[in-house]
Amino acid sequence: MSGIRLRDPTSETGSQRRARLAPPSSLQGLTVALLDIGKPRGSEYIDRLEIRLREHGVTSKRYRKPTNTRVAPTDLLQRIAAETQAVVIALSD
Amino acid sequence: MLGCGDRNQEVPMLPSPAATVPPPDGYVVFAKHDCPTCQLVVPVLGEVARHGPLVVYSQDDPAFPEGLAPVDDHALAESFRHDVETVPTLIRFAGGKEVARTVGWDRAEWERVTGQSGLGAGLPAFQPGCGSKSRDPGVHERLIARFGNPGIVSRAVTLDEWADEAEACFDRGWSDGLPVIPPTDERILRMLQGTTRRPDEIVGDIPPNLASCTVEKIAINAVMAGCKPEYLPVVLAAVEAALDPVFTMHGLLCTTCFSGPVIVVNGPVTRAIGMNSGINALGQGNRANLTIGRALQMVVRNVGGGKPGEIDRATFGWPGKIGFCFPEDESDRDWQPLAQSRGIPVGRSAVTLFQAYGVQGCIDQRSRTPEELARSLAMSLCAVGHPRIVESMIAVLLLSPEHYAIFRDAGWDRARIEDGLYEALLRPGADIARGVGGVPEGVDPARAGDLVPKFQRGGLSIVRAGGPAGLWSAILSGWPGTRHPDQTRPVTTEIGT
Repeated sequence: MSGIRLRDPTSETGSQRRARLAPPSSLQGLTVALLDIGKPRGSEYIDRLEIRLREHGVTSKRYRKPTNTRVAPTDLLQRIAAETQAVVIALSD
Repeated sequence: MLGCGDRNQEVPMLPSPAATVPPPDGYVVFAKHDCPTCQLVVPVLGEVARHGPLVVYSQDDPAFPEGLAPVDDHALAESFRHDVETVPTLIRFAGGKEVARTVGWDRAEWERVTGQSGLGAGLPAFQPGCGSKSRDPGVHERLIARFGNPGIVSRAVTLDEWADEAEACFDRGWSDGLPVIPPTDERILRMLQGTTRRPDEIVGDIPPNLASCTVEKIAINAVMAGCKPEYLPVVLAAVEAALDPVFTMHGLLCTTCFSGPVIVVNGPVTRAIGMNSGINALGQGNRANLTIGRALQMVVRNVGGGKPGEIDRATFGWPGKIGFCFPEDESDRDWQPLAQSRGIPVGRSAVTLFQAYGVQGCIDQRSRTPEELARSLAMSLCAVGHPRIVESMIAVLLLSPEHYAIFRDAGWDRARIEDGLYEALLRPGADIARGVGGVPEGVDPARAGDLVPKFQRGGLSIVRAGGPAGLWSAILSGWPGTRHPDQTRPVTTEIGT
């Protein structure tokens, strides 16, 4: 015999775990995206990183989300993917 | 007959067991012993039986009516299949199909259905029947679930015979940590009665997984949260408000800050469903206050996949993230309710969702003028977030009746109170600059010569609530994410049906 029948309150969608891309062995010849997500003082971190990358001869480009409270706009993600090969994100305050 | 899948269609029914199939040509009567009219017509049933096959289904007493070999229908399966609403119900079948029906006792009607004359001599010409047990409150939905097709499309999870259904919900991760009402078909069907919207209507994509969410899924979660069906339109409006891009539900969920959605309800619906805006309005004891906010959070958790420790990264959180909802006190006609101040027409109901946490009390028993009280409230409001964090967070000030009376008696309305508080909340930059007093937190020292507002214009919302006694008010602090109000701000949504 079976018991009570309930209904699933979830979206009934399974999540698929995808492996991360392997990090590049070297940054030479690559363009690194520096993404400021809009949290306070993120720009200070990006400023320092930009200087350090330049000292090592690595090209970087800066990007900024409109606000940290939202996911990045699709066009921003597409630009980063098209223009750079690696990304550093200034996540926190 | 009402079904979940389509309210305008009959519920497809499971086939009748052969033993209870009504006669292809003859009569069927539904009755219950507890019905005086059913007892009245017992002699008439004997007359009907002499003219053709008669099957009497008894809803309560398998021996009633005596001598007519009644069929026990206490499970109400046949009553449901024949859509009986009143007892007695007399149905005539011809060629296996229903061709005539009447309810109660009405001699002329019984004679029309049976084609016989002189039925029930000595009885009154008319006596109304009683309600069918299959239509007792809550029973019909249970019968749909048991004998019909409930039309619910969400995945069925059938538990082991010996399983504890409450524990099963915990085990599957469906709970916010408190027990939930197990979402059975009958409960979901009852919940769906609370709205005119179709169960398959898509309300939106719930963050963080942006999972498509139907009215049915919201109803399931409202059941689990403990809502009554009449709360469902409020829950639906709250979900819609949370999905407005400027509410930024995803960000509010994943923030390390304390905040979560806080729901303020306005309008006639608050009285209709018995919400509490008075004594202990923010506390325990009122089902609507406590379950509507919980239902929204259950939707975010279960449909959206937003769970603490995963996407929800709150350092502390706060108890209101289980759900926090209360109505505004609209008893004073001089007061413009929050919803009207945010564009909702008078007489309509609405929810306003804030990104907030709290509660911080402001105890002031000595102010007697509006100017004094505004200055005093401002002192407490300065603590929102941090006394030196300005132009960043929003806040909600809950004015108690006694504090509000000080403003009202001096002729201060909502706009005047807001202006008074804005003025009182201008802070000398020199007092709140970084490093002052040995505290690094603060504003840019370049603003030392400015008067800096604690909140941006419109960043402080005022709501009336609370019991009649107590010269204190309450503050709900907001969320730093609202520092860009063009991107993130509270949302007001009208409540539908």
